[in-house]
Amino acid sequence: MATTAEPRAPSLPAPNQSWLARALDHKPTLIILCLTPALGLLLVFLSFPLLFGIWLAFTDTRLGRPGEFVGLDNYRSLFADRTFWTAVWWTCFYTVVATVLKFGLGLWLALLLNHRLPMKSLIRAIILVPWIVPTVLSAIAFWWIYDPQFSIISYVLVDVLGWRDTYINFLGDPWNARWSLIWANVWRGIPFVAICLLAGLQTIPPSLYEAAMLDGASPWQRFWHITMPMLMPILAIVLAFSVIFTFTDFQLIYAITRGGPANSTHLMATLAFQRAVNGAQLGEGSAIAVAMIPFLVVATFVAYFALARRKWQQGGSDD
Amino acid sequence: MKRFTRRDSVILGAGAASAIALGAGRVRAAIPAADVADPGFVPESGAALTVLRPSKFVQGDEDLFLANTAKFTELTGVQVNVDFESWTDLTPKAAVASSIGSGPDIIMGWGHISHQYPDAVIPLDDLAAYLGAKYGGWWPMAEKYGKQGDRWISMPIGASGGRIVYRKSWVEEAGFTTVPTDTDGFLDLCRKLQANGHPPGLALGNAEGDGNAWTAWLVWSHGGAMVDEENRVIINSKETVEALKYGKALYETFIPGTESWLDASNNKAFLAGQVGLTQNGISVYYAAKTSEDDRMRQLAEDIYHARMPIGPAGKTTERSLTVNAMVMQYTDYPNAAKAYLQFMMEAEQYDDWLTACIGYWNHPLRAYDASAIWSADPKHEPYKHVLKDALWDGYRGDLGEASSAVLADFVMVEMVSTVCAGRMTPEEGAAEAQRRAERYYDRA
Repeated sequence: MATTAEPRAPSLPAPNQSWLARALDHKPTLIILCLTPALGLLLVFLSFPLLFGIWLAFTDTRLGRPGEFVGLDNYRSLFADRTFWTAVWWTCFYTVVATVLKFGLGLWLALLLNHRLPMKSLIRAIILVPWIVPTVLSAIAFWWIYDPQFSIISYVLVDVLGWRDTYINFLGDPWNARWSLIWANVWRGIPFVAICLLAGLQTIPPSLYEAAMLDGASPWQRFWHITMPMLMPILAIVLAFSVIFTFTDFQLIYAITRGGPANSTHLMATLAFQRAVNGAQLGEGSAIAVAMIPFLVVATFVAYFALARRKWQQGGSDD
Repeated sequence: MKRFTRRDSVILGAGAASAIALGAGRVRAAIPAADVADPGFVPESGAALTVLRPSKFVQGDEDLFLANTAKFTELTGVQVNVDFESWTDLTPKAAVASSIGSGPDIIMGWGHISHQYPDAVIPLDDLAAYLGAKYGGWWPMAEKYGKQGDRWISMPIGASGGRIVYRKSWVEEAGFTTVPTDTDGFLDLCRKLQANGHPPGLALGNAEGDGNAWTAWLVWSHGGAMVDEENRVIINSKETVEALKYGKALYETFIPGTESWLDASNNKAFLAGQVGLTQNGISVYYAAKTSEDDRMRQLAEDIYHARMPIGPAGKTTERSLTVNAMVMQYTDYPNAAKAYLQFMMEAEQYDDWLTACIGYWNHPLRAYDASAIWSADPKHEPYKHVLKDALWDGYRGDLGEASSAVLADFVMVEMVSTVCAGRMTPEEGAAEAQRRAERYYDRA
């Protein structure tokens, strides 16, 4: 004969349960227990370094000796430092141009991959390669590609095609070096954008396109009125991440130009590292690093709120 | 691990132990050594060491360094792990280790860095006094880099010298029998090399070795300096402006693209026959000479070396890239670390190492002048006295935080490269360098 057990209220522990079982049945205790490891990791590996870095920025700490609080002295000194302002300007330029190019080309690639293609999975895997390869390896490859004497690009243009008389001075001229670095960053960043946007494209219901086609919408109208609005939420997230990755780029510059020629390609991150670690000026280096935070916060908020999901995308209307 | 006694340490110091234990050592009568009481460093029980040092540019450097280390382990039972670090990352790693108080027990870093954090290292007065007394004393530049005041804060183990490396046949084709010893003659040679399609090329990128070396020579050879004896910044001087004018004239003879050259770039270009003359350590010659490629070995026949020319300053003004060993304060095994350094610097080990890297890391102790490597090939001779004649980073002032920061910020290199590339006049370049250097010296 089947019997049914009397259901027990989950929040009421049985009187004969151990203290551990009772503790685990207690919801607030369980929440604290579950959150503690994550919070601990956040505090130790994120919050502490960040707060310590901010503190260092207001001190004159050097490597090997503790510093004293100097207020805004580091910032006053940086304010008068042309190298710092060049790095600020170049970091913003690098971020904006590289991000625009990565999004333009990444979206284009995602749209291509969203079509029916033979060996689609293989192609997608190959496209991810630039993203998978360790940055420093791709940086070294680009260092060779941009070498003033052994560049494959120069070789093809000069020795194979005969279109130029001299090898291109990719890294010796400030603007050549800047554009070379931007292209290296774009090459590396496109897969991330393309694959993320492809994932977004695949969430768009085909029925929307079918309905639009029945209504006689052109390919451009389908893209502009269906694809783009539906893609906006993921575009916002990917853009925010891409801005952060690009703004804080380090390895490409460090491996290819080391900030040269004449400091023209120092990003704020590489300049902070050079001053803080190689130059032993921990306080000043931290001040440069902390100066990146406002830029990052603004860029991220703009990217996120400008493109985030609006009510109209869910059938409502924007306020 | 076997028990290591004070008596063993004496044997270790004499260097004979390796011969006894391995049966492979050789007594080097050629290296004069005084009879000096061994300092008797007894490794701590259970000691194990980690050593951080620059990556090799010549294979023999790494091979013999590891072989000597293995001999030390065999003799003492002290395990030693050697980490080879790229030149660029050596300073950051050392800085982080000193800052957090954890990392390699011994850091063999660039000579100036121990002056950045002298309190993070264990003084080596006893070891330096012993080695100096035994091997005829330290060269002046070894003392300059190793000591702060009267205290040895690190121990120089070698230095790479930047010398002129050239193709003899092309220099002769230009009408010279050798590289002129004066700056005017040198410029004339470079112009003729360029006219003949074999331009020179000297590195101007932000790299530790070559760029710093020749740009410092350029300014010093014309009587300029970053600071005076009182550490007042004096780079914006008429001597510097003259040096920059000369540098620009020299640069106009270079192969294009040298503004982005890092430490390995001139080696590649020279060995590929793209340039007829450069400034470098002996590694270019080593690479060609030891190559398995016949063409490379033939090229080695044509490679010669010369000292950097003497300019209006009227004396040699070369820079050395010195490697100093620091025993870090946080190590649990200071005696083992000192015993290791002592062992590596004793003639039985050091001369083998010096020979294997054909003097790439030049000796800091005078007695090693007698090493057979200096007479084995006349092409080695220009590298013989790197630490005897060189000037130091931060010349004419002190080695310290400010001189290191100016070096790390590539103030000298960028002053020269900016002027050479025509982005500033010599006057503007010198003024900008003055402003940048003052930021560091004024708050030191």
